[in-house]
Amino acid sequence: MGKRMKIAVCVKQVPDTWAEKRLRPADSLLDRESAEGVLNELDEYAVEEALKIQEAHGGEVTIVSMGPERAVETIRKALSMGADAGIHIVDDALSGSDALATSAVLAGVLKDRGFDLIIFGSESTDARMSVVPAMVSERLGLPQLTFAQKVDVNGGTITIERQTDYGFDSVEASSPVVVSVVEKINEPRYPSFKGIMAAKKKPLETLSIVDVGVAAGSVGTSAAWSVVADFAARPPKAAGTIVSDEGTGGVKIAEFLATNKII
Amino acid sequence: MAPILVVVEHADGVVKKVTLELLTLARSLGEPAAVWLGPGYGDTGASQLAEYGVATAYVVDNSDMVDFVVAPKTEALAAVVKQASPAAILIASSAEGKEIAGRLAIKIESGVITDAVAIAPDLTATQSVFGGSTIVHSTVTHGIPIITVRPNSTAPQAAATALSRVDVEVPVSEGARGAKVTGRTAATKASRPELSEAAIVVSGGRGVGGPEGFGVIESLADSLGAAVGASRAATDAGWYPHQYQVGQTGKTVSPQLYVANGISGAIQHRAGMQTSKMIVAVNKDSEAPIFELADFGVVGDLFAVVPQLTDEVQKRKG
Repeated sequence: MGKRMKIAVCVKQVPDTWAEKRLRPADSLLDRESAEGVLNELDEYAVEEALKIQEAHGGEVTIVSMGPERAVETIRKALSMGADAGIHIVDDALSGSDALATSAVLAGVLKDRGFDLIIFGSESTDARMSVVPAMVSERLGLPQLTFAQKVDVNGGTITIERQTDYGFDSVEASSPVVVSVVEKINEPRYPSFKGIMAAKKKPLETLSIVDVGVAAGSVGTSAAWSVVADFAARPPKAAGTIVSDEGTGGVKIAEFLATNKII
Repeated sequence: MAPILVVVEHADGVVKKVTLELLTLARSLGEPAAVWLGPGYGDTGASQLAEYGVATAYVVDNSDMVDFVVAPKTEALAAVVKQASPAAILIASSAEGKEIAGRLAIKIESGVITDAVAIAPDLTATQSVFGGSTIVHSTVTHGIPIITVRPNSTAPQAAATALSRVDVEVPVSEGARGAKVTGRTAATKASRPELSEAAIVVSGGRGVGGPEGFGVIESLADSLGAAVGASRAATDAGWYPHQYQVGQTGKTVSPQLYVANGISGAIQHRAGMQTSKMIVAVNKDSEAPIFELADFGVVGDLFAVVPQLTDEVQKRKG
């Protein structure tokens, strides 16, 4: 590529993967305060892939995240892995935004900055909708290279292996493109001490929704096009039958399955 | 009456089971209509759709649908939506199905709900979130509800009707032809059902001990006609391919029967299988949290219990 490649990685702060998650009774939104906020695990693969591409082809990696004040920790984590700069979109009006609003905000940030590659993790471990990369691709009118288990950059031609139910498809497009990566595409690096120190001095831009050209009335809970009517904890399961294997454990399972007409 | 539009998942001209489930669900909400995107619509597909109550099948027989990633399908679907004016649009909750739903929501300015496990006649969707720990009821408040539905949410039931085909011509825009499919590679796997669609899933975890240990898991799966799954511990260790991972960072399944072998049942795994209709667990550790979920559990060595179960299943099949 003749010019310096510009790579954006969109990341999200989510409750720790291993924590129990719950909705807040007052507004049916995810309770983000009750668990530690971490960089969405699948986004770590996106950051790593961007850094690997940068190492091979040069260029600059910018981390983009929409989220409350403390989401800045997540951007710093990605910067400490080695990314060059961060953009944080933070605005009280954004609380309760649905995927449509989120994609509009991200598209607003990304559109005029000349990114060649926009990389996402394939889903967040909290909402698990897996739609934002496709939505951003739709809004920006850029080719969609999603669910990549492998990414190759050859000048302005980007080729991926798109994971499918039966294996994978090889897909090719010309940059700029939107990419999402699946787990196991790489092994995300751990931030080094040096990386952590360096991250504190890296440029971080903080933007409000006005800065990204999105109207306050089009984001947040009140503008969401789908709403939670009600929610409840799943009723506890009746205790099952647990037996110790005394040489006939397999037969006992078969009997259980036969009683329930599975076999 | 405005129809309930169902996007057909098909392979080699055959309608997939998940679509038959969606058509059955659609009939409880109104009059189902179907959209067939791409080549392959023929007698086989048409008779399946008719058998499941489809009066109108909109067919977009255009190879751009499969030669380029997702965007052409979304354009075509938006055109069909304009023509059919449906009351709701149902799409299977596959990776691609959700992408189509997301892009369509922008195109037709409508709200989208993903991973529904049930839909009420007033179009309120039920979702099972946070690994099945919370049941949520949601509604779309703007536009035509777009709802993706998880496989195995409805038992397919036939209700035959007369079907008519409506061909829809969609000129696919240049912009939608940006991501070109240049090749398709099938992973080496036996004739097992797809993990997310399978009625029975047999999984292995840390207790399987290594890649060779998955032999007994696969044998049991094959005796039951099941798909094979794996916990993150097993896929992270490289014992089984990553695409078979069940869990929070892998696939979500809700089969009729889930058999967890050597899997402790950490939240990471439960998030992907907790909504299974029936759960059987085999684990050496009687304290393993998987037993809290199990309808039937055996505390013991999976290398003794699982082969015995396989033999017993074979015997009972005659």
